[in-house]
Amino acid sequence: MSENLIELLISWGVDARKAASQVEYLAGATVPFAIWETVYTTVLSTLFAYIIGLPLGIILVTGEREGIRPLPPALMKILNTVVNLLRSVPFLILMVCVKPISRFILGTSIGTVASIVPLTLAAAPFVARVVESSLREMDRGVIEASQSMGCSPWQIVTKVMLPECRPSLITGFTTATITILSYGAMAGTIGGGGLGAMALLRGYGRQETAVLYVAVIFLVILVQIIQSIGTAVAVKTDRRIQHTQTKRRKGT
Amino acid sequence: MEEPIIRITGLTKHFGGGENEVAALEDINIEIRRGEIFGVIGLSGAGKSTLVRCINLLERPTAGSVVVDGKEMTALGPKELRQARKSIGMIFQGFNLLMQRTALDNICFPLELAGKGRKEAVARARELLEVVDLASKEKAYPAQLSGGQKQRIAIARTLAMDPRVLLCDEATSALDPKTTRDILRLIQDINKRLGITVVVITHEMKVIEEICSRVAILDHGSLAETGTVEEVFANPRSEAGRRLVYPDGVPYEVLRQEAACARVIRVAFNGGTAYQPLIASLAIDCGVKANILGADTRNIDGRAFGTMLLGLPEDEAQAAKALAYIRSQKDITVEEVPDYHE
Repeated sequence: MSENLIELLISWGVDARKAASQVEYLAGATVPFAIWETVYTTVLSTLFAYIIGLPLGIILVTGEREGIRPLPPALMKILNTVVNLLRSVPFLILMVCVKPISRFILGTSIGTVASIVPLTLAAAPFVARVVESSLREMDRGVIEASQSMGCSPWQIVTKVMLPECRPSLITGFTTATITILSYGAMAGTIGGGGLGAMALLRGYGRQETAVLYVAVIFLVILVQIIQSIGTAVAVKTDRRIQHTQTKRRKGT
Repeated sequence: MEEPIIRITGLTKHFGGGENEVAALEDINIEIRRGEIFGVIGLSGAGKSTLVRCINLLERPTAGSVVVDGKEMTALGPKELRQARKSIGMIFQGFNLLMQRTALDNICFPLELAGKGRKEAVARARELLEVVDLASKEKAYPAQLSGGQKQRIAIARTLAMDPRVLLCDEATSALDPKTTRDILRLIQDINKRLGITVVVITHEMKVIEEICSRVAILDHGSLAETGTVEEVFANPRSEAGRRLVYPDGVPYEVLRQEAACARVIRVAFNGGTAYQPLIASLAIDCGVKANILGADTRNIDGRAFGTMLLGLPEDEAQAAKALAYIRSQKDITVEEVPDYHE
């Protein structure tokens, strides 16, 4: 099996020694491990990014002057500026800048786990904006109706805004996860692992094209899986489109 | 007399500030009696929706007082206000149901807010579904319901709060005539059976006629007139009232009553001069102020066609002078409208 692959690579014009070493590398445990690293950094970073970004996104909407629980305009201004600042720093640079923070939190600034800190910091403001735009789709009338029933701001957020915007929030969550996955691919530069590091250091750094392509293919597959699940869940849980579905079912 | 359930005094609402300040409501005074169906009518932009939102303080009045069921709403803190709102139900033109909840769960919503257990809430919601005649739709989502059905669910949802007052903000304006009648009948039924005071905001005379006992006419942010529906419809006193009651112009019978003391003449223009100069020269040349009671004239190429109804002053000499002057004009015929006295 591996001999056939080596032959195939050689027939594509790859140097014989390089072909052998690449096939050996790809056949080993490093690829599954890289996938695992990518998955867990993405999952953990997304989780932490939402822990910070979800409340922040909610505040960006509810704290406005016309919002359900207006906050001091100065505070809103500061929040918006911080979000924009963090959003405007390129991830590669942010990663280097937050090294002291990683060292403070984790005791180290290098490695796969350490890459979760810059990923979270870069993704949280992004998540806040995604959540904000979902919540802005909320029908003002429905909020007004809830207020007329005596809902407190907290009840409006938890019982009205979040459940009513669920499909859009799920779609946003999917986008955020994919963005964090792609950010994570850059973590190789600070010693993080994963498919990104594999493509960057091994594939590009050592000119091992086969490794590069395999890593990219797995990244693409991961993105496809996340997107398909996200879209399916968003559509399936959206009660606004059931009407047309039942109609179609009746028609057939 | 019994204390009114809603007493609005000197209510004023301005939007914006500084130079852009717009007065939406100006010194509104209304008393709504316990158990009645009270209508507020006006053209769009008259401030109806703002007025109804000032009752449950979805809009905070700039000045004035709103007392609902003995409570001064403008003086309440956030928590007390939320408590007070629970006895004021509201339904909307856009229904405003929770789209991600079933009909049953929509009705459960206010019960959840009140801290009722799931079982108790569901039982009560089922009862209310019966009241609005939609028991078969409990599992349906709002997107699967028609406009009329959605409004019924919205009504059931607000009834779940056991409100003392029901505010209807253009609640039937998005519905067809048949559904409108059904919903109005339901509201009337609720008013009778549960004794809930209803405030209906609408731009449609039909709605007022159908269910209201008293009506207030709102015009450009001010109260034009208030009275029983019969009174206002039979004899609208304000300009705004007249526009609403007679959208196609005031009929002669009404004008005659109005002009009971004056002589009324009908002037027909047959394509002579435009009609404005006639009225102007009547005033300038003869010193007679004619009152235009109605006109159906149009100018074509600067020439007037059609008829106009003029009220002449009581003074016989002046009236005769005016009549003679008009008769002397070219292409104009005049006739006196007889029997304008009873």
